[in-house]
Amino acid sequence: MTGTTLVAARERALAVLGGDPDDATLRRYLHGIPGVDAVGLEQRAAGLGTRSIKTSSKAWALDRIISLIDLTTLEGADTPGKVRSLVAKAQTPDPADPGAPRVAAVCVYGDMVSTAVEALGAAHGDPDDGAISVAAVATAFPSGRASLDIKLADTAEAVAAGADEIDMVIDRGAFLAGRYGLVFDQIAAVKAACRRADGTSASLKVILETGELVTYDNVRRASWLSILAGGDFIKTSTGKVQPAATLPVTLLMLEVVRDWHRLTGHKVGVKPAGGIRTSKDAIKYLVTVAETVGEEWLVPHLFRFGASSLLNDVLLQRQKLASGHYSGADYVTID
Amino acid sequence: MSFLEYAPAPESRAILSLRDRYGLFIDGEFVDGRGTPFQTISPANEERIAEIASANTEDVADAVAAARRAYERVWSKMSGRDRGKYLFRIARLVQERARELAVAESLDNGKPIKESRDVDVPLVAAWFFYYAGWADKLDHAGLGADPRALGVAGQVIPWNFPLLMLAWKIAPALAAGNTVVLKPAETTPLTALLFAEILQQAELPAGVVNIVTGAGETGAALVAADVDKVAFTGSTGVGRAIAKQVAGTQKKVTLELGGKAANIVFDDAPIDQAIEGIVNGIFFNQGHVCCAGSRLLVQENIHDEVVDRLKQRLSTLRLGDPLDKNTDIGAINSAAQLARIRELSDVGVAEGAERWSAPCELPAEGFWFAPTIFTGVETSHRIAREEVFGPVLSVLSFRTPQEAIAKANNTPYGLSAGIWSDKGSRILAVADQLRAGVIWANTFNRFDPASPFGGYKESGYGREGGRHGLGAYLAPATSRSARAARAVEASAPAAKADAEAKPAPAERSRRTSKSAEKGAAK
Repeated sequence: MTGTTLVAARERALAVLGGDPDDATLRRYLHGIPGVDAVGLEQRAAGLGTRSIKTSSKAWALDRIISLIDLTTLEGADTPGKVRSLVAKAQTPDPADPGAPRVAAVCVYGDMVSTAVEALGAAHGDPDDGAISVAAVATAFPSGRASLDIKLADTAEAVAAGADEIDMVIDRGAFLAGRYGLVFDQIAAVKAACRRADGTSASLKVILETGELVTYDNVRRASWLSILAGGDFIKTSTGKVQPAATLPVTLLMLEVVRDWHRLTGHKVGVKPAGGIRTSKDAIKYLVTVAETVGEEWLVPHLFRFGASSLLNDVLLQRQKLASGHYSGADYVTID
Repeated sequence: MSFLEYAPAPESRAILSLRDRYGLFIDGEFVDGRGTPFQTISPANEERIAEIASANTEDVADAVAAARRAYERVWSKMSGRDRGKYLFRIARLVQERARELAVAESLDNGKPIKESRDVDVPLVAAWFFYYAGWADKLDHAGLGADPRALGVAGQVIPWNFPLLMLAWKIAPALAAGNTVVLKPAETTPLTALLFAEILQQAELPAGVVNIVTGAGETGAALVAADVDKVAFTGSTGVGRAIAKQVAGTQKKVTLELGGKAANIVFDDAPIDQAIEGIVNGIFFNQGHVCCAGSRLLVQENIHDEVVDRLKQRLSTLRLGDPLDKNTDIGAINSAAQLARIRELSDVGVAEGAERWSAPCELPAEGFWFAPTIFTGVETSHRIAREEVFGPVLSVLSFRTPQEAIAKANNTPYGLSAGIWSDKGSRILAVADQLRAGVIWANTFNRFDPASPFGGYKESGYGREGGRHGLGAYLAPATSRSARAARAVEASAPAAKADAEAKPAPAERSRRTSKSAEKGAAK
């Protein structure tokens, strides 16, 4: 999977903004976007959450959720063994059912990329073709508190080690201080660092860390900013800050993606991450995607779940659907 | 398979145990009616649900007499606290039987189960809980100490929110100490009759609430009967007839009639939420809402974008089986209503407005109308002036706030209005100048028992809900009751009637303590 090229992204941004992406221009643009009514947004999200997905639709949804998961381990205590175990699970989520789909990607820290690539072997590739990608968090994840040089080195190293996707964090301090130009430039620079020697580029997911942006208006502006700067995906959270992904925030980001598509014809992905643990919740997200941007977004290069414990719940539900009764936690594997 | 074609998720009808025939609920029991019985059908597939008795003038007189007896012997003597206990009990029973009531409502009315389940029935319970709390606090209703009940209230309700309108009528009436004869709409009597079973379950004293089913004549007979108060929700035409009929009598009257609400969207509105609000404003309950935002006033510079987004959003609405949990738009309540919606839509096209209907497949059986918007509507068009009472939205544009206000107010109605803007000062300034009883800012069609509801001009008079809603069923302690006044007109000297209407304080307190004992023994 390849992301958009940097030059194309910059040209598009200039055309949309009508000027250089400096603080003043970006501020004018981002603050000119209509506001968000929090009550209305949450009501709409709650309404979408009441959809009742049964039988054949549920079976489809459960399989699709698995194929959209970025199976994640982002702990200080991660070991090569843990990563290999994660990769094995990504390839064969349910040992009892070889028909279970594979997940979209494994998501690890940069230093674990080579381990993951090695463990995946032939299964490594584009999730749209049924293979599994390796995603690496970079740019001084999760805080983003490092100099730009270090962030870029972090990114380049992960790409060189074989990462297909880079999950970067934005500088929330700069964003909240109104230094939109700085945030834009950093995203664009990281995007450039995603470039491989052969001219292709790793896909860039931009983590907004919505829990630190606090207001929906901020989330909407940060989403626009990240897309303008060339992000291929916008992602809610690192999973290290609460609240992480919520349905209203994800709905809001999907609305931005939908509007961007209306404006430019270009499709950007969305990844809610952190806090989605049950099939029931995940199905609400599928419904929200399908009813906001359309069903064609429910593919690995346009929608992902960043999750670790979600997979097991989905597998339990899958088993229940097949057998008619619930099994238990010991009938799915631990990572 | 497309994921968006969600597999059917119908709510089970097994929870309902309906009878084949329903009588009139008079004096605590179901009795046969003397009129010709009629069938109630499901508007979604025109299947018969049950046979419903029809009340003639004598039946109505019986019901009113039962209510009068119950008022004089039981309800007016009971303490507010004890009346409150009954209302709390009813509220809890409504909650306990919520699913059953929701299924029955969707079956009989055609509204989607998600609305009856998430809006109608919870609000019904909320209304009873709210007024149960008022029953022993009437001194604070704003009418001075010891306000008195009016007596027997005759209440006629419409078919758009059958059970909710019942709650809006019965809860404040009982809390204030009145007894009730209620006539549900001809096409939607089912939940009122299930509610009668709840009253039996709650052991509400016989005759305090009586329910007479039937068509318009039954309603007319009730208005003409010996009642002290008439409360009506429905069309302006019928409301006008009622006002004429009770003019010159001592009957108090409140009317909650039609509307043609303006939903004003300014260019700084939170656009995605405004789209949701517009959809909720006019397509909620298939547009069968008297306060529906049926005239959309959009600021000129965002008109095209709003219409575009609206069309896109409407294309995702799911029309179909009201009992399916994923249905957004249910069935039109009756063939007659469908005919009226079609007629006015055709007029809209003939007058030159541009019609757009959401691309959805309409079921072959039953009464259905696809969500429709008209653009290029002028203020002189009939679809911009008359109440369609269906899923039809007229879109007009405006340039300045003054123009928006002028257009919004240019209607014989004045029930509700909506304002969408991110700017608080503008919301307040515009709301100040709109002549509408209810104004929603950045939301639409939200109801709460604590908030009064009612209209200006041809939308009726009186308020329902909140403290104001109590005022419709109470009179100051010093005023004469209607019956007393009639007695004066007949013969008796005024002084005697006054004494009758205003029991001595000692006597009143004696009554209170007696009924409190009775309540405690229960």
